[in-house]
Amino acid sequence: MSSNLSGSSDLIGSGNLSGSGNLRSSINTSARESEGHREYEEYEVIIGLEVHAELLTDSKIFCGCSTKFGAAPNSHVCPICLGMPGVLPVVNRKAVEFAIRTGLALNCEIAEFSKFDRKNYFYPDLPKNYQISQYDLPLCRNGYIDIPADTSVLSGGPDDSPGGRPGEKGSCTGAGIQAGRGPVRRIRIKRVHLEEEAGKSIHEGQNIVESSFSLEDYNRAGIPLMEIVSEPDIRSPREAYVYLSTLRAILQYIGVSDCKMEEGSLRCDANISVRPRGSTRYGAQTELKNLNSFRAVEKGLAFEAARQIDALRRGERVVRETRHWDEARGITVPMRSKEEAHDYRYFPEPDLVPMVIEREWVERIREELPELPGARKERLMKEYGLPEYDAGLITESRAMADFFEACARNYRDPKIVSNWVMGELSRLLNESGKDISEVPVTPGGLADMLKLIDEGVISGKIAKAVFEEMFSTGKAAREIVKEKGLVQIADEGQLLNIIDQVIAENPGPVADVAAGKDKAITFLVGQVMRKTQGRANPQLATRLLRERLQEGR
Amino acid sequence: MPITKQDVEHVAALARLELGEEEKESLTEQLGKILEYADKLKELDTEGVPPTAHPLPIKNVFREDRVRPSLPVEDALANAPEREGSFFKVPRIMETD
Ligand SMILES: [Zn+2]
Repeated sequence: MSSNLSGSSDLIGSGNLSGSGNLRSSINTSARESEGHREYEEYEVIIGLEVHAELLTDSKIFCGCSTKFGAAPNSHVCPICLGMPGVLPVVNRKAVEFAIRTGLALNCEIAEFSKFDRKNYFYPDLPKNYQISQYDLPLCRNGYIDIPADTSVLSGGPDDSPGGRPGEKGSCTGAGIQAGRGPVRRIRIKRVHLEEEAGKSIHEGQNIVESSFSLEDYNRAGIPLMEIVSEPDIRSPREAYVYLSTLRAILQYIGVSDCKMEEGSLRCDANISVRPRGSTRYGAQTELKNLNSFRAVEKGLAFEAARQIDALRRGERVVRETRHWDEARGITVPMRSKEEAHDYRYFPEPDLVPMVIEREWVERIREELPELPGARKERLMKEYGLPEYDAGLITESRAMADFFEACARNYRDPKIVSNWVMGELSRLLNESGKDISEVPVTPGGLADMLKLIDEGVISGKIAKAVFEEMFSTGKAAREIVKEKGLVQIADEGQLLNIIDQVIAENPGPVADVAAGKDKAITFLVGQVMRKTQGRANPQLATRLLRERLQEGR
Repeated sequence: MPITKQDVEHVAALARLELGEEEKESLTEQLGKILEYADKLKELDTEGVPPTAHPLPIKNVFREDRVRPSLPVEDALANAPEREGSFFKVPRIMETD
């Protein structure tokens, strides 16, 4: 039967929802890890994230070269993105629109006047020796997103009590607390700006340190890149993880970025410092780089927080520096960089004229915004009665939420649909490494299969096998059941035959049942299931078995 | 604000310029004079004058998001000092211990 599908216990630990990243497994890891964070009682962790997302335009930000991933090296380059002398960049309107759309989704103010600036530094992946970016007049400022607060770090600090000081930004407020809902942390967004992506370096030798030269592919140079900078309002590595996945969900929903960390279209650097609880001054911060996955963000920050707290406890001081997360060793190490590396000598880009962002344009973009994950989560809870956990997980991916809704509309119990979506569907997507758009199984197909369980045609156990087949072939459940002879045995006579065999073959357990050890029944039912390859209706089998054993006494 | 030789050395290092002692001296003097001249602007009353972001009175020049042909790979690499396959080959990046 479907007991393991109606409860959520065995769903924990199954695959991730989005098909990219290690979402589910990270949630579990962190749930384990955050249990023992006693150092957070004495110290407060302060984190700000700087996120870069490549935009889903067809052409680059300042030239017409294609942005398609995976082309032959240096086949998507032209005089403009190679930085040849005498060429003029022209801004891609779509890139500006995507940044504005992002700003609106993140509750930002959209600049009336904005411009591009040159950020000057030498690096081989930067053909012009400067990056066109935005310095003092970014397109968007002063936004925020709300995330569920990490309650394990709420221990009554000055700005950390749920319901905190009224109006205090970045604190945990009670505003979001509703029936059955936890406290919310508001993470302020300092700015969102546009810039150009750099090329890709391939280092000869083991790594950047040992290589004597590198090979440059400039296909990526000039792809529009959006930088989203948060205020230091994040209070734990767990919250950093949640913030990042919330942000990713928003960017994917509004269609501005595919946010694939493994392909580098979403990247994240972090600033982290610690201070004794109750202190209002910030401690010296380190900048953390090479956080190449969602897991790495949380693990790297957890290591760095612990390292800094240890240092303070030993009476040492934290050195302000850039550190590199070494995934293999599970530690952060200081990065050597040239002293002048941070002297970028920004100045207004003379090759590009300023932008005056018309309000009509902004309003048009606002009107076209789709329903955002937060709003959709609320709606799924209200409309379908889903628990917050389910609604949160399902709405992290727009495609997944679409699948859920399409199926739930055609089936009596949305919670059962949610269990299948979060359980089997996510697991199979995870194992195949595929996106939901790439598999043939349909929401209607799942609804039909669930109806077969209700009708008693198949058991919940068989349904898993049926669904796996649907997942890979797209065949209808009914067809699969017929082809493979998976129809549940609900015929009493047929079942009794098998039960009699089981009783004859297992005198020990039968005696146990007679002696009042009721657990032995489970074993006997299991034997019946085995003999029928899972096709026996388990409730019926249990009832008949009991009756038979009663008779036999 | 007078410019010092250290400023010149710093800016030269940022620009990857190797300067001789004599050049440093003369550049310190020349750059100082240029800045001094630019300082004259401070005499103007700029109260209420918005900062200039661009000398041309043009705004909002956009292009549509349409892909156009890129360079043939051989043309793109024609001026590369060194190449390997279709890659630009460049010296090692960071001086680390
Ligand atoms: Zn180009």
